[in-house]
Amino acid sequence: MASQAKNNVIDPLIDNNPITLQVLGICSALAVTTNMTSALIMSLALTTVTAFSSACISAIRKHIPSSIRIIVQMTIIASLVIIVDQILKAYAFEASKQLSVFVGLIITNCIVLGRAEAYAMKNPPMLSFLDGIGNGLGYSLILMLVAFCRELLGAGKLFGHQVIPVASDGGWYVPNGLMLLPPSAFFVIGLLIWAVRSWKKEQVEAPDYQIHQVHRTEVL
Amino acid sequence: MEHYLSLFVRSIFIENLALSFFLGMCTFLAVSKKIETALGLGIAVIMVQAITVPANNLIYQYLLKDGALAWAGLPDVDLSFLGLISYIGVIAAMVQILEMAMDKYAPALYNALGIFLPLITVNCAILGGTLFMVERDYNLSESAVYGVGSGLGWAMAITAIAGIREKLKYSDVPDGLQGLGITFITAGLMALGFMAFSGIQL
Repeated sequence: MASQAKNNVIDPLIDNNPITLQVLGICSALAVTTNMTSALIMSLALTTVTAFSSACISAIRKHIPSSIRIIVQMTIIASLVIIVDQILKAYAFEASKQLSVFVGLIITNCIVLGRAEAYAMKNPPMLSFLDGIGNGLGYSLILMLVAFCRELLGAGKLFGHQVIPVASDGGWYVPNGLMLLPPSAFFVIGLLIWAVRSWKKEQVEAPDYQIHQVHRTEVL
Repeated sequence: MEHYLSLFVRSIFIENLALSFFLGMCTFLAVSKKIETALGLGIAVIMVQAITVPANNLIYQYLLKDGALAWAGLPDVDLSFLGLISYIGVIAAMVQILEMAMDKYAPALYNALGIFLPLITVNCAILGGTLFMVERDYNLSESAVYGVGSGLGWAMAITAIAGIREKLKYSDVPDGLQGLGITFITAGLMALGFMAFSGIQL
């Protein structure tokens, strides 16, 4: 029991990461990573919602008729997101303006619904809660890494503080403006996936179509 | 008229939901292996988007907005915090109704698009379209134009990437980039291409 609980939290960090392996929750991972502050707020919001929605759904899993389960899950998730949204508006108004529609889009974030459907419907509340935390952290890890690369290279800042003196203020670093633009998020995540998969070979996907079959077997 | 035309073009190219706001990315990356399926999903998104954005606009304008309930004698009521849950309810219901209506009246279309419809409820592009409509305070006719335009833009993007991926499977990709990795890089290059539209002033 204890080891499974630990597994639920540790496993989604790298071995079964929601973004790089399960391809869930990509939308917000790309959009809110221009600076680390908004990435951190988004990570916190998503981890909270995933953990509590998994716990709630798991608690009533035996009473949900399977034909309407998606609607029930959606209602629970939407209510939690409304709470998070209201809290952000009350205590971090600037940040919530910056995140604009992406807080609301946690509702349709595939990680939340995916964990509810794949794990919480079959397991007790406590384990589901931890599973939600684990997947939220796995998502946060990628989000923070991407935001770190983009903010550092794009503006020479971390959490809004200047760490590398940029050329316009008399420093030596000329910021790479591309890193602040949408396409760079794709590149950073793509390269991150490459890095993770070079480290964890078992995550590599088999190619659909092999041209150099003979050549490849020679090399191997 | 010009105003609507510029809104339409802007929502397709400049503010493309998939490539400049990254909405509906999960489906964008997962269902883009074949052109036919991508096209089917794209058409389904256009249909759902064209219906749900104006429908949610009506709900926002006449029920949820601050002071919107004045017609019911409640001018001080602000229900906008219920927005998210109402929109997602409307979207889920619309998709369900559309599915049943298509099954009854257009079975051929249902066979082609039916499997994609349940997927669409959880597609962020649909909810995102609605939330952008609310944030930018469009009126009914603007939101109808925006719905069709943004759906069309998304459909175009997914069809284009499916075409690229069909070609891509014949190329020799490094092992770690195989599959998901190279798809991300491709999408990034496409987004870079779409940024060329952003200089257009309408």
